[in-house]
Amino acid sequence: MDIRPKIETQNLNFYYGTKQALRNISLACADRRVTAIIGPSGCGKSTFIRTLNRMNDVLLRTRTEGEIWLDGENINAPGIDVVELRKRVGMVFQKPNPFPKSIFDNVAYGLRINDGRNRFKIEEVVEKSLIEAALWDEVKDRLKENAFSLSGGQQQRLCIARALAVEPEVILFDEPCSAIDPTATAKIEDLIMKLKKDYTVVIVTHNMQQAARVSDFTAFMMLGDLIEFDKTETIFTNPANKLTEDYITGRFG
Amino acid sequence: MRWFKKGRWRQSSSLVFQLIETFWGGEGEDLPHSGEKSASLKSLRGKRTLARWKESAVKAFFFANGILAIIVLIGIFGILLSTAIPAFKEIPLAEFAKKTWDPTSPEKAQYGLLSMIVSTLMCTAGALLIAIPLGLGVAAYLSDVAHWRVREIVKPIVEILAGIPSVVTGFLGIVLFGPVIAKIFHTGHGLNAVNGSFLLAIMSLPTIISISEDSLNAVPSAYAEASLALGGSKWQTLVRVKVPAALSGIIASFMLGMGRAIGETMTVLMATGNARSFPHGFLDSIRTMTANIAIELGEVPYYTTHYYALFAIGLVLFIMTFIVNMIADVILNKYQQREL
Repeated sequence: MDIRPKIETQNLNFYYGTKQALRNISLACADRRVTAIIGPSGCGKSTFIRTLNRMNDVLLRTRTEGEIWLDGENINAPGIDVVELRKRVGMVFQKPNPFPKSIFDNVAYGLRINDGRNRFKIEEVVEKSLIEAALWDEVKDRLKENAFSLSGGQQQRLCIARALAVEPEVILFDEPCSAIDPTATAKIEDLIMKLKKDYTVVIVTHNMQQAARVSDFTAFMMLGDLIEFDKTETIFTNPANKLTEDYITGRFG
Repeated sequence: MRWFKKGRWRQSSSLVFQLIETFWGGEGEDLPHSGEKSASLKSLRGKRTLARWKESAVKAFFFANGILAIIVLIGIFGILLSTAIPAFKEIPLAEFAKKTWDPTSPEKAQYGLLSMIVSTLMCTAGALLIAIPLGLGVAAYLSDVAHWRVREIVKPIVEILAGIPSVVTGFLGIVLFGPVIAKIFHTGHGLNAVNGSFLLAIMSLPTIISISEDSLNAVPSAYAEASLALGGSKWQTLVRVKVPAALSGIIASFMLGMGRAIGETMTVLMATGNARSFPHGFLDSIRTMTANIAIELGEVPYYTTHYYALFAIGLVLFIMTFIVNMIADVILNKYQQREL
């Protein structure tokens, strides 16, 4: 198989004040594949995924060391325009966080801030993104309604549509299903598997079955260390590390 | 009035026990039995008598305090209203709508409020024109741009600004703003509506900054994160997400700032030139409703038409501030409900 890495970290260290949250993480996420990151609470998996689009920059008194390569460009370098970076690396958060605006305006937001003043193009992209996020049929008659009128699962798919509308190359999912019910989770998992045709997906999850279902590669992290990284199949059937085995068999975590 | 329903505690607790009983009823030996339950409840009841007496005493105390505040408020309004009513009996309403206020004229006393109302509104509008953009700018700076250390120093200072006595601000208007305004606009003196607007702006700024900043900070960080993650800049996030989400709080802060400006007395009395004529521009000297009451009430013979008319001015002012505060309250309420 000929897979090239899309986004890759090298010796990534992250500090909250003096507390080190990530230790020497070197991990390559393959292009147009789903990479899952699993691990017990507080292992740094969310912190890790947030370094990939520099979302941790907004937190005070934090420090990121090491290199993060996106298509061969170090995005942790000082001169990088984070606004441009985040257009290429989108993110879906743990809790659905639509804006208090209409469904249409939510999806159109990214286009409007980016330069698109063209109304027809916006309408077109909004429709395309909602179809891609498998939400179009449910909302096409109520695009002017407030996004809060949707259910939690629909809101999360709206957030995915909103991220897709900017046409990113990488989409980061930070525990996207932890706040929604199983039926909605199944829909989002289907969606993630479809998305990998066009996007590089990185997903953080504390649900091991979810990682097994959706991902091609799985990384297991613990206390800020990357313990093991391999094909998902290998991790779940024949892990190399004792810790990984104990975790996936439910002995801790 | 919950303290009337003394049985509530017992009712709700027995309901909980019933639920536990039906849920666990007649299972293994480890689970609680209904017999044990009633025994433990009885002993609890005995111990609670003193605590409960204290509780109700405390409640009665606070209730009395609350009532007192309402009584005082109603009393003030009652006195204002009852003293103002004779004015409306003695002076025709059309007279109030005229421009000239000259109640001590030897020929014919005149009670026109229009000049004063316009003066008050001019000063307030001018103050808001300055304070709203400035206040919102400072609030946005503090909540979004400033380093946290800067914010922690600046915010208390801004709030202390609210505590400066109005007479000190008025003094500043006379010795500092007055000469500057006179120089810039080539007026003989700088005691006019512009001066008053500036000072009132300074006085309403702390309210506007403080409440706007609070409501900007109350915007869930998830909104800002979502916007940033979509490639929004800090500025776009502020203007397109945070300000709209905090809008009701921000508008309420404008209203409260306006309430402060309308009711302010000493500052405008000192710094606006104290002229009873109808203002034709911001460079004219004016006398606001508040200043007029403060100046004349000390000199006026009691229980004369003039005396009653001053209370009528007070009533008009009260109604104006009441409306402003009520609008602010309604907006704030709407805002808090949406936050839930």
